[in-house]
Amino acid sequence: MAEPTLVVEDLRTWFHTRAGIVKAVDGVSFSVAPGRIMGLVGESGSGKSVTGFSIMGLIDPPGRVVSGRILFGGRDLATLADDEMRHIRGRRVAMIFQDPMMTLNPVLRIDTQMIEAVQAHERVGREEARRRARDALGQVGIPSPEERLSAYPHQFSGGMRQRVAIAIALLNRVELIIADEPTTALDVTIQGQILFEMQRLARETGTALVWITHDLSVVASLADEVCVMYAGRIVERGGVDDVLDRPAHPYTAGLIGSVPSRNQRGRPLQQIPGVMPSLLALPTGCSFRPRCAYADGACTEDPPLHDFAGGRQARCAHPLSGATP
Amino acid sequence: MSVFIIRRLMQSGAVLVVMSLIVFFGVYAIGDPIEIFISPEADQIERERAKVALGLDRPVWAQYFAFVEAALGGDLGRSFVFNIPSMTLILQRMPATLELALSALALGIVVGLPLGMYAGYRPNSIGAKAIMAGSILGFSLPTFWVGLMLIMIFAVDLGWLPSTGRGETATWFGMTSSVFTVDGLRHLAMPALNLALFKISLIIRLARAGMRENMLMDYVRFARAKGLPMRRVVMVHVFKNIMIPVVTVVGLELGSTIAFAVVTESIFAWPGMGKLIIDSIQRLDRPVIVAYLCIIVLMFVIINLVVDILYSVLDPRVRLSEARN
Ligand SMILES: Nc1ncnc2c1ncn2[C@@H]1O[C@H](COP(=O)(O)OP(=O)(O)O)[C@@H](O)[C@H]1O
Ligand SMILES: [Mg+2]
Repeated sequence: MAEPTLVVEDLRTWFHTRAGIVKAVDGVSFSVAPGRIMGLVGESGSGKSVTGFSIMGLIDPPGRVVSGRILFGGRDLATLADDEMRHIRGRRVAMIFQDPMMTLNPVLRIDTQMIEAVQAHERVGREEARRRARDALGQVGIPSPEERLSAYPHQFSGGMRQRVAIAIALLNRVELIIADEPTTALDVTIQGQILFEMQRLARETGTALVWITHDLSVVASLADEVCVMYAGRIVERGGVDDVLDRPAHPYTAGLIGSVPSRNQRGRPLQQIPGVMPSLLALPTGCSFRPRCAYADGACTEDPPLHDFAGGRQARCAHPLSGATP
Repeated sequence: MSVFIIRRLMQSGAVLVVMSLIVFFGVYAIGDPIEIFISPEADQIERERAKVALGLDRPVWAQYFAFVEAALGGDLGRSFVFNIPSMTLILQRMPATLELALSALALGIVVGLPLGMYAGYRPNSIGAKAIMAGSILGFSLPTFWVGLMLIMIFAVDLGWLPSTGRGETATWFGMTSSVFTVDGLRHLAMPALNLALFKISLIIRLARAGMRENMLMDYVRFARAKGLPMRRVVMVHVFKNIMIPVVTVVGLELGSTIAFAVVTESIFAWPGMGKLIIDSIQRLDRPVIVAYLCIIVLMFVIINLVVDILYSVLDPRVRLSEARN
């Protein structure tokens, strides 16, 4: 397999709030190879967005990346100065946000917002930058891109706005795109189109994708690998078919059980009991312990990392039997 | 849009009617103008003759209807004191007041906007705290006291600036103003600053609040994710959004600045409408008072209209919904 585009090692991003230290990301490791799609799943509040923003260098006080490495293009992004990081953002790594209604500046025209993204990194004339912007809009399936360039964001529907955001991410031929729940706010048919296009994009251009979502069915249809996040940690990772067909971690199994399409008709949906604990008051040992049917005394210790066939890993004292080591 | 303008005009008409009623009967209740400006030695016959000449011998409601009738024909009456049309009198004084008010607003923007934006960008810096403390002073110190202090310091103690009058004026492209001469500027400096103090504080607060609010928006994070330099994010993306409330409020403030220039004009003997109205009130020169208030109401109406139009120019979202209607 090719050299990974991105390697995250033991990343910790903490928020130093008045109420205490919120360990939003606490020892996360994963990697993505060129042309591959890595799904990052977990309930809301599990630290997925913070992981994405940490890679982008967009964590603002009171938050801070306190330790870990973010290896990209032979460098550790966690150690880069602001100015160096700025040249990587948008030029080599792009990010797409969850809410397309909020990500574009309401008072600037689309062309302004696209041209500046080109000119921030390259000395190109306005005309050339505008031409690239138009091509990018066409690439993401926006009809009559030339006219749409001079429109304002509110003149687009949510789905179209998200396409504009994706087009902006495509402007500079980035090597890595972090997509933070980009289809959550969209309806299902548009979500399907966008997923399909992103998959094609990754295959054709060799762009690596980190796809953040809370929706397992999205991961199932899109991703190559998956990392399951819970309370700031990755509890299971591996190939998407391995993990979804034979989950090793009870939390993963619980997530799968609560997806409607995976259940048989007429049978009640299984839900994971309880809610994710506050990050300020995590239980000792395994954070999932209070909600887990398999928990016992062993779970009060930090759970061991189990390796399974196919490079799969799960952090659990009692991995489920389906996944044999 | 036109429905909106018509509704506005009708509201203003109602305000004009109510205002003229209050002023007319108010002045009537306060005292007899004849007593104030006729010489104490004048005998009864002379008094009666003056009363008849000014129409003051008739019952007050008859006087009011006579006034309304003339006003509908565009005649707001003659000043009792100067015996020239009160409108002419006011229009003569208007340029001086406009010049003072506009200078004060310009000063408010030029000083207040950068300070407020800085205070919002670095809210915890010492500079920001100093600026905010200063703005509290600007809000709470009474205008007349600050005016007197300015005169004490810059005119009396230091002798740098003249304390009264408008100074030399010059004509430029058909506009006669003291901002075109050095002497005029020296005269304008203190009154303009005095009148601007409140505006500066107000704009500081507006700009700071806008800055803080906008910096947390997703579009700012997205702009940073594109790799834009912080300078561009603040000076283009955030600035344009801050300008919407600032222009609206500054525009609406223009009316009250003109109306409340009265205090500053009195302190610095600035020959504007404010000084004229104070003098006229003391002499119960009713036609001048009524005409002045009519003009002020008209000015508010026009200013509000212009602000609404400006607002839609600045905010593309408003523009579109107008077009749809
Ligand atoms: N600016 C912040 N200050 C304090 N806590 C924060 C901040 N941003 C995020 N967090 C915390 O980090 C945790 C993870 O958030 P996030 O990454 O947004 O979750 P999600 O998985 O839904 O994307 C949340 O519990 C949140 O409370
Ligand atoms: Mg999120």
